[in-house]
Amino acid sequence: MYNITQIRFSAVSQNENYARAVIAAFASQLNPTLEELSDIRTAVSEAVTNAIIHGYEQNPDAFVRMDCTLDHGLLTVTVHDDGCGISDIELARKPFYTTKPELERSGMGFAVMEAFMDRVTVESAPHKGTTVTMEKRIGHAG
Amino acid sequence: MELNAQKRGTRLHVALSGELDHHSADKARIMLDTLLHDVTVRELTLDLSGLTFMDSAGLGVVLGRYKTVHMRGGRMIVTGVSASIDRIFRMSGIYTLVERQ
Ligand SMILES: Nc1ncnc2c1ncn2[C@@H]1O[C@H](COP(=O)(O)OP(=O)(O)O)[C@@H](O)[C@H]1O
Ligand SMILES: [Mg+2]
Repeated sequence: MYNITQIRFSAVSQNENYARAVIAAFASQLNPTLEELSDIRTAVSEAVTNAIIHGYEQNPDAFVRMDCTLDHGLLTVTVHDDGCGISDIELARKPFYTTKPELERSGMGFAVMEAFMDRVTVESAPHKGTTVTMEKRIGHAG
Repeated sequence: MELNAQKRGTRLHVALSGELDHHSADKARIMLDTLLHDVTVRELTLDLSGLTFMDSAGLGVVLGRYKTVHMRGGRMIVTGVSASIDRIFRMSGIYTLVERQ
């Protein structure tokens, strides 16, 4: 099976829940286990939240894009923002690293994405936005 | 995000339900901190069995409340931890600070 969906939404925190609902419905076509579905929702929630709060600092006039692709059991999700970007990606991906400790961020977002998905790649540069691509192979899908 | 609290002596038991993400974290934080204004609380138990979703934003909420309780010499316990939440908790090393029951 090959299938693509793309959504674009305002960078407001209400849409974290919306993005999770979309990816859950889309991934359901692959008959994932409840655990796989939970992993995907959690990883997507982390990436989308980062775009909203770090990339854009919450701005209803700015847009987050989420591209989802299914290709024979492989789910690929790309979360993209045109926000502030990341100057040191390697540092940003380190567990417990956060630039917003005052918001009680734990700095575990990237670590969670890496643990819950098979592959996570990050493309970013200051003022050039951020693109996070996550892949997960869904076990018993054709 | 809903919250149900019961106090017995110096023990505060709070059951969280619904989704705990960045969006709902503010509400959870404000409600928990209001409950913790009661300085007689020495033990805080967070029952997470009613949560249908939690990501690292929830971890931030739990760690933040741990700091408050720890500063006054109290302790903190989490119960009803799902497999997914347990993975996030283990990754963060939070079990060295907060007991799981
Ligand atoms: N989309 C993004 N745009 C800009 N900066 C980002 C983005 N995503 C992550 N970051 C940076 O990487 C850091 C680590 O992210 P993460 O591991 O999710 O932790 P947290 O969100 O708790 O800070 C963030 O504090 C931020 O500085
Ligand atoms: Mg994050």
